[in-house]
Amino acid sequence: MAIRQETVEQVASVSDKYKYGFISDIEADTAPIGLSEDIVRFISAKKEEPEWLLEWRLKAYRHWLTMEEPEWANVHYPKIDFQDIYYYSAPKQKEKLKSLDEVDPELLEVYKKLGIPLKEQEVLAGVEGAHNVAVDAVFDSVSVATTFRERLEKEGVIFCPISEAVRDHPELVQKYIGSVVPYTDNYYATLNSAVFTDGSFCYIPKGVRCPMELSTYFRINAAQTGQFERTLIIAEEGSYVSYLEGCTAPMRDENQLHAAVVELIIMKDAEIKYSTVQNWYPGDENGVGGIYNFVTKRAACRGENAKVSWTQVETGSAITWKYPSCILQGDNSVGEFYSIAIANNMQQADTGTKMIHLGKNTSSTIISKGISAGKAQNTYRGLVRMGRKAENARNHTVCDSLLIGDKCGAHTVPYIENQSRTATVEHEATTSKVSEEQLFYCQQRGLSEEESMALIVNGFCKEVLQKLPMEFAVEAQKLVGISLEGSVG
Amino acid sequence: MLEIKNLHATVGDKEILKGINLSIKAGEIHAIMGPNGAGKSTLSYVLAGRDGYEVTSGEVLYKGEDLLALSPDERASKGIFLAFQYPVEIPGVASATFLKTAYNAQRKYRGEPEVDAMEFLKLIREKTKELDIKDDMLKRAVNVGFSGGEKKRNEVLQMALLEPDLMLLDETDSGLDIDALKIAADGVNRLRSPERAGLIITHYQRLLDYIVPDFVHVLADGKIVKSGDKSLALELEEKGYAALSAA
Repeated sequence: MAIRQETVEQVASVSDKYKYGFISDIEADTAPIGLSEDIVRFISAKKEEPEWLLEWRLKAYRHWLTMEEPEWANVHYPKIDFQDIYYYSAPKQKEKLKSLDEVDPELLEVYKKLGIPLKEQEVLAGVEGAHNVAVDAVFDSVSVATTFRERLEKEGVIFCPISEAVRDHPELVQKYIGSVVPYTDNYYATLNSAVFTDGSFCYIPKGVRCPMELSTYFRINAAQTGQFERTLIIAEEGSYVSYLEGCTAPMRDENQLHAAVVELIIMKDAEIKYSTVQNWYPGDENGVGGIYNFVTKRAACRGENAKVSWTQVETGSAITWKYPSCILQGDNSVGEFYSIAIANNMQQADTGTKMIHLGKNTSSTIISKGISAGKAQNTYRGLVRMGRKAENARNHTVCDSLLIGDKCGAHTVPYIENQSRTATVEHEATTSKVSEEQLFYCQQRGLSEEESMALIVNGFCKEVLQKLPMEFAVEAQKLVGISLEGSVG
Repeated sequence: MLEIKNLHATVGDKEILKGINLSIKAGEIHAIMGPNGAGKSTLSYVLAGRDGYEVTSGEVLYKGEDLLALSPDERASKGIFLAFQYPVEIPGVASATFLKTAYNAQRKYRGEPEVDAMEFLKLIREKTKELDIKDDMLKRAVNVGFSGGEKKRNEVLQMALLEPDLMLLDETDSGLDIDALKIAADGVNRLRSPERAGLIITHYQRLLDYIVPDFVHVLADGKIVKSGDKSLALELEEKGYAALSAA
């Protein structure tokens, strides 16, 4: 009670201060703790946003106040105090590092285990003059490095932080933001709409095949800073882009909220391939610390033959609440969801997808591989909805769960809603265990217990790992092994 | 090479091995025969270090070292190979990947450089050719959908690749037709050398027509009850185990 009262008082005092001149405070690197209309205004002002965007944020904020935190997911955690979070923090103006020798060794160790190429490590760590892949590195909510922009610009591809897109391409942002995930969508997406601080924007013009894989690396590193990323990708008619999103995070003690929104818009004959490897700090083996990951990802296939495929490897976070979805509006459009979700120790994952079939001959494929170890709980939750006009629509779902040890849990919750007489929906599910026999067999050939486990689990995930772009596949395989360290013996 | 002294082992609460003594020198092939339930497979699992097979007393020296203190993968990397009676399926893991991972894990343990994919492919192709195994097997997931014969061939292929110093064959002949049996035996015979040794566990004499042992031991009720040369196997074939156990 006392703490809550204190928070309320602090918030009141902060709001008070703002009444008299938050504009002069704009030089501040961090917004005061807590959330209010003034904080929303502060963020918008910080970003020098146009009026329409501020209005949109405010509508979202006011709507958010009327909403209740969802409780239907199979995850349990202490209630989040939304007034105890900093909603804006600019990057500390760190001196450019001369070489990797100056980087936190602990972070380098993580990079090394993952086998991230040296050049890329330099980009990630912010070493001066390091350029390799088009990495729009997001450190602490604000993009501090954007590379390869020029080459992309030649093709007419726009790839930049969303705050820059708001400034340089306002017509595109205004047209598409919130068009797939409206600001009223759900508790966390609405919160994100009000306070998002950065994220990526990508626009592929008509008929262009993006000349390179686009990557975004996220890293959360300021204590108690919630990250509210907003990503918007538009693929015009006949275009193609492959987008990679990967995350590493160092050890943390505080719970960190992360509520991102990703919107994909795919026009006629266009295709977006969106791949994620997520290994945020999951907390220690007792579940202390770790990130809360409440993400809304949704793609709209707006034209005929549009195609979207989500591939995700989810290994981190204390709590994952994530359902990358496909709205298949265009006739013959295709949605795919390939997922590996690993939950170890005390991790909780409630993840899956939604396939909303609206157009004729639309088809979707879901392959979900859930791995539970330690005392973790792993839930697959998926919706397949066939609309009235979705003639001859097809869905095929394969949902496999693998258990390691006898204290973890795997749950499968499929929802199927079919209003079409001619649609076909198939659902297959299996649950299996890693056997002592398999482990012994591998060990007898010279693999250590952990190597054996990694090999067996990678085999279980193979169908999904194959869907990842080459650049990510090797890293992802290693990550599978690292994530399960300590799950055997 | 291998020195087993008064080895007692339990599985669950049941004592299966009740004082085994056996000495195998480099260059020798020993066969262990015996009725079902005598403890033959248990002996091979104890030597390979499987979980749940607990040594209650006695000792095992391998190349002069305390074998029982080593983990299963250390034993493997030090040259002990167990060809399984029932090879295990590993879905999604291509045999080639499995073999390369194992091969490199052992090299790494011994401080030798790991081989890359190209080198490995060349090496494994030589082995499949020698053993008359179709390369197609390398692409398939380990033992998944393999016939009984294919599984055993896969064991022999792994052994040929890993070139162990001590080969343990646990009923490798069970479920094999005569052609497959010859291939398996051929695999062992190719590796036979003055530096290597083998322990062949079998219920029937017929495998020993192809892998001729230097010594034959009869295991009954957790103990070696009789030892001899190859002729002992033939004698057993004729008279059966019952006569021996009674004696």
